[in-house]
Amino acid sequence: MSATTADALVVRYLRKLGAVAVFLCRLLAQCAPAFARPRLIVNQVYNAGGRSLVIIMLSGLFVGMVLALQGFDLLQRFGSEDALGTAAALALLKELGPVITALLFAGRAGTSLTSEIGLMRATDQLTAMEMMAVDPLRYVAAPRFIGGVIAMPLLAAVFNIIGLFGAQLVGVQLLRVDRGSFWSQMQSAVALKDVVEGIVKSLVFGFACSLIAVFEGYHAEPTAAGVGLATTRTVVASSVLILLLDYVLTACFL
Amino acid sequence: MTDPVKPAPDLGASGADVLIDLRGVHFTIGGRTIFDSLDLTVRRGRITGIMGPSGTGKTTLLRLITAQVPADSGQVLVWGRDLATLNSREVFALRKRMGMLFQNGALLTDMDVFENVAFPLREHTDLPEPLLRTLVLTKLQAVGLRGAADLMPAELSGGMARRVALARAIVMDPELLIYDEPFVGLDPISRGMIVRLIRQMNEALGITSVVVSHDVPELVAIAHDNYLLSGGGVVAQGTSEELRASSVDVVRQFIDGSAEGPVPFHYPAPDYEQQLLAVEDP
Repeated sequence: MSATTADALVVRYLRKLGAVAVFLCRLLAQCAPAFARPRLIVNQVYNAGGRSLVIIMLSGLFVGMVLALQGFDLLQRFGSEDALGTAAALALLKELGPVITALLFAGRAGTSLTSEIGLMRATDQLTAMEMMAVDPLRYVAAPRFIGGVIAMPLLAAVFNIIGLFGAQLVGVQLLRVDRGSFWSQMQSAVALKDVVEGIVKSLVFGFACSLIAVFEGYHAEPTAAGVGLATTRTVVASSVLILLLDYVLTACFL
Repeated sequence: MTDPVKPAPDLGASGADVLIDLRGVHFTIGGRTIFDSLDLTVRRGRITGIMGPSGTGKTTLLRLITAQVPADSGQVLVWGRDLATLNSREVFALRKRMGMLFQNGALLTDMDVFENVAFPLREHTDLPEPLLRTLVLTKLQAVGLRGAADLMPAELSGGMARRVALARAIVMDPELLIYDEPFVGLDPISRGMIVRLIRQMNEALGITSVVVSHDVPELVAIAHDNYLLSGGGVVAQGTSEELRASSVDVVRQFIDGSAEGPVPFHYPAPDYEQQLLAVEDP
């Protein structure tokens, strides 16, 4: 890659970053008026959250089960398999819960947001709203964004609960870890700070994923190919950003 | 070829009479010039037809007069106000006085027909539900779709969707109605109905209408004033009678619909014979 194309690439990314920042400001300005229509927001919490429940629950169950298998194998080497409950809970609450939920959310809800808004753009629905003197940012984008931010921590909580159930299923029922020590060690070792870390992470991920999904949809080229590309960009950008933010947040909480 | 049927400045309109006034408008997209010094006026209470071959910027013109895009230079005056000087709040205030019919209807897909028509009322007024219901049903009756109030947009045919969109466009009783290709792809019955509705709305309610179309017979039948756009500007203007009687080449070509004339039918290409011979001769 020559210097000029690298420069152009940097300029392009900076420009996009600026566009996202401007969009975010406009979006946030429309969030307060959007709360005047709670029905729209509730609908979007259902769309982003309710419809993702099955995939989140299934994934949570399997992640919890795998966690118990791997954790048991690891802890057994140190003769401390009683700590399995603690290990599973900390891994889920602090790390796996928020991150995997966010990745699944980007794939399930983020793509559907992007393609929905992109298709509304392609079929002139957003322009029609502007012509009816209704700001589509307030009516379309803001409720979807708020809905995503609300749905994500709830989904992460569901993921964690099902994950712990899965870990318990494999650890206690299958591998015969003592039920009492599984739960009591977890209870004494997990602090409120750990729970808060998970909640903060999932809020930040929800914010980032919803912003990207809404931005990409809103700025999708109004063609079939354009909407497809925007959907792909949503998944790629969200996934990378989630993992990057995860590192930053984890470092902050240490 | 740029000989106008009548001299360019205006159609005998006085200042108060003019609702939309474009003066020397330039507009380019991606380096391509769409309009080069375009002058055009729409008079209050009349139906103005805007025609022209595909790609002459008819839809762009609508985007200019509805302040969706700014002109590069020149003035776009609507209700006497220069759109370039308005902030978004003022633009929205102007748009509340307009209705626009989109080519594909542009109905909101997540609500049914009734709610689509009710949408502007719910957003901009505080009408009690019974009154709102009455208003919406009246407009739906006017387009013959009162019975379809509970259908979703996906269940409508193209013609029905456009009629619902028309009901939505008139539900706020606008002073200006803008139609983007209202006749395209309609069966003769729907087409005739739309033609009648445009005329009725103008005659009964005095609504000023701008109709962009390349369906010349329909347009000439209802429009009071006509503009023919081509090559970045107005090539002819006048009343329907004047256009029909015109002997100007470009007007004749458009009204008669012939491929030969000043407006090229063929996209610029290398010599036909040469290219075919080159195919046979590898």
